[in-house]
Amino acid sequence: MKNSVMRMGNITVVGLKAISRNKLRSILTMLGIVIGVGCVIAVVAIGNGATKSVEATINSLGTNFIMIFPGAATQSGARIFTGQSTLTAEDADGMKAEAPAVAYVSPMVRSAAQIVSGELNWGTSIQGVSTDYPLIRSWNVSQGDFFTDTDVKAAAKVAVLGNTVVDNLFPNGDAVGQIIRIKNVPFKVVGVLEKKGGNMMGQDQDDTVIAPYTTVMKRLAGKTKIDMIQVSAVSGSQVQEAQNEIEAYLRQRHRIQPGQDSDFMMRSQEEIAQTQAQSMGILRTLLLSIAAISLLVGGIGIMNIMLVSVTERTREIGIRMAIGAKGRHVLMQFLFEAVTLAIVGGLIGVAIGVAASLGVGHFLKWPIVVTPASVALSFGVAAFVGIFFGFYPARKASRLDPIDALRYE
Amino acid sequence: MPGRVIQISELTKIYKMGEVEVRALDGVDLSVDEGEFLAVMGPSGSGKSTLMNIIGCLDRPTAGTYQLDDVDVSKLDRDERAVIRNAKIGFVFQSFNLLARTSAIENVELPMLYGELGWSRDKRHAAARESLRRVGLAGREDHYPSQLSGGQQQRVAIARALVTNPAILLADEPTGNLDSRTSEEIMGIFQRLNDDGKTVVLITHEPDIAQYAKRIVHMRDGQIQHDEVGKQKRPVAMVMK
Repeated sequence: MKNSVMRMGNITVVGLKAISRNKLRSILTMLGIVIGVGCVIAVVAIGNGATKSVEATINSLGTNFIMIFPGAATQSGARIFTGQSTLTAEDADGMKAEAPAVAYVSPMVRSAAQIVSGELNWGTSIQGVSTDYPLIRSWNVSQGDFFTDTDVKAAAKVAVLGNTVVDNLFPNGDAVGQIIRIKNVPFKVVGVLEKKGGNMMGQDQDDTVIAPYTTVMKRLAGKTKIDMIQVSAVSGSQVQEAQNEIEAYLRQRHRIQPGQDSDFMMRSQEEIAQTQAQSMGILRTLLLSIAAISLLVGGIGIMNIMLVSVTERTREIGIRMAIGAKGRHVLMQFLFEAVTLAIVGGLIGVAIGVAASLGVGHFLKWPIVVTPASVALSFGVAAFVGIFFGFYPARKASRLDPIDALRYE
Repeated sequence: MPGRVIQISELTKIYKMGEVEVRALDGVDLSVDEGEFLAVMGPSGSGKSTLMNIIGCLDRPTAGTYQLDDVDVSKLDRDERAVIRNAKIGFVFQSFNLLARTSAIENVELPMLYGELGWSRDKRHAAARESLRRVGLAGREDHYPSQLSGGQQQRVAIARALVTNPAILLADEPTGNLDSRTSEEIMGIFQRLNDDGKTVVLITHEPDIAQYAKRIVHMRDGQIQHDEVGKQKRPVAMVMK
């Protein structure tokens, strides 16, 4: 028993020597496995990270969230987006009364501008909303107060700042009560929002200025229509009901005949999540199949090289057999070489995969998690590929006739 | 009374080439005692290579028996023959057959890697070192075959053949790739090893080389034509480093 263990050790030494004698070829052989394993790990980790990040940001949208966009208008039978929004602030105002399943409603008007505070300036997006907005988005102020209904009615020049804007305009952190200038219009900072983080597109949600929608429409954007209506349903189970009510209400308000398409679109939080999950799933399947193909190609590469290696080393095999190597020894040697190539390739692949995942995670600020399961899986697959594709060449080597092998030129 | 190392009787080997049967060996009887230095001579096609393959346990006879060191090896399967080759036969080939990119000492250690004895690393090393010393290559353990001359490579091969202390050294045209001076050196090594008691079987078609053996067997058409005890030529100068 001790002897056979020792002989296995010897075979290992023999195999390792053969690999190290052909470094470049060994590295090239490993490449397919490296890419395959790296891919699997990165895809799984990034996929998981993306899913988590999407879940987090979709939840950060708020609870029972519904968005209403201005939609396609039908003109002479052709469905086109005219560029002119079909939604008005009045659409939003009447909604709560007409749709009982709706808890909160806020119009949204977007603009972008360079914001100036003293010597500092910062380019950011400006969102005009109503006082329901913090309730819809579950987004509270950390300092000061949100603006009031009076501010909205009066189109008061007040603003609530996102965290990133505060960091850039008020490095000392003391923003509340200060005056900022947006497009040369002075605004009083009444509050600072809690930190919210990135959204699902990787955009920083804290890089924003929130003001009454009336103010943004009149003083900044010069718009008469609004860009979006954000709604929160009374409860999760009433999201669908709320959507139906909103649909009926808006169609009536916009005088859309039965059978005609609506001039607005609605997306609930759930639908957004589903769409995201779907595209994420497609992407992940695609990448995983690339990884699988890469592993397969890597395996064929190993088999190819091992077959060449067996032919090239026929003489060596003959010598080994003449001095007492059994078929089993030769089989084990070549199998060991193949498996070592696959495993070393797998290890390098794991390293690259983990590095790539962490890199992407750092870059996109996603919570990347490299699961031990994905490492074990891809590593196991690599080893299996080595055994599977190494076996045929190894068996071929072990069945050579020593006399022919010795005579081989 | 020296023991019998090789006992061959009625040995026949038939190759089938399609429809035609070729009798490469046709009822060969041969016995070799311990300590003998035997040369098998004959032109190509005489059956000497076939005989060598069977004596070397690389091949099996079609009929007849072959006892090596009192063991009947004529019926053994592939793996059993591999074990016998490892333990009882030391091969020296015409083209040296060393592993390229492998140092001299690693080449010599090779048979011990496959042995049944389970040599430890240190023991392997010591045995290989001693074996290289016996063929006059002390100090060249770490040289690669490409750094050695033909004669030196053949000496490494002899060291490799010796290292497991086999029952016979089986040399197949060991000087075929060497010039005459180096050939003389190599034959001198075989003679010296034989003087120390090692049984040597040499296969050659060169009468000059056969002269170094104590006994010469001539083969023709798969049969032994005659079997003579020669007067054994010695190298002009025993150049031993």
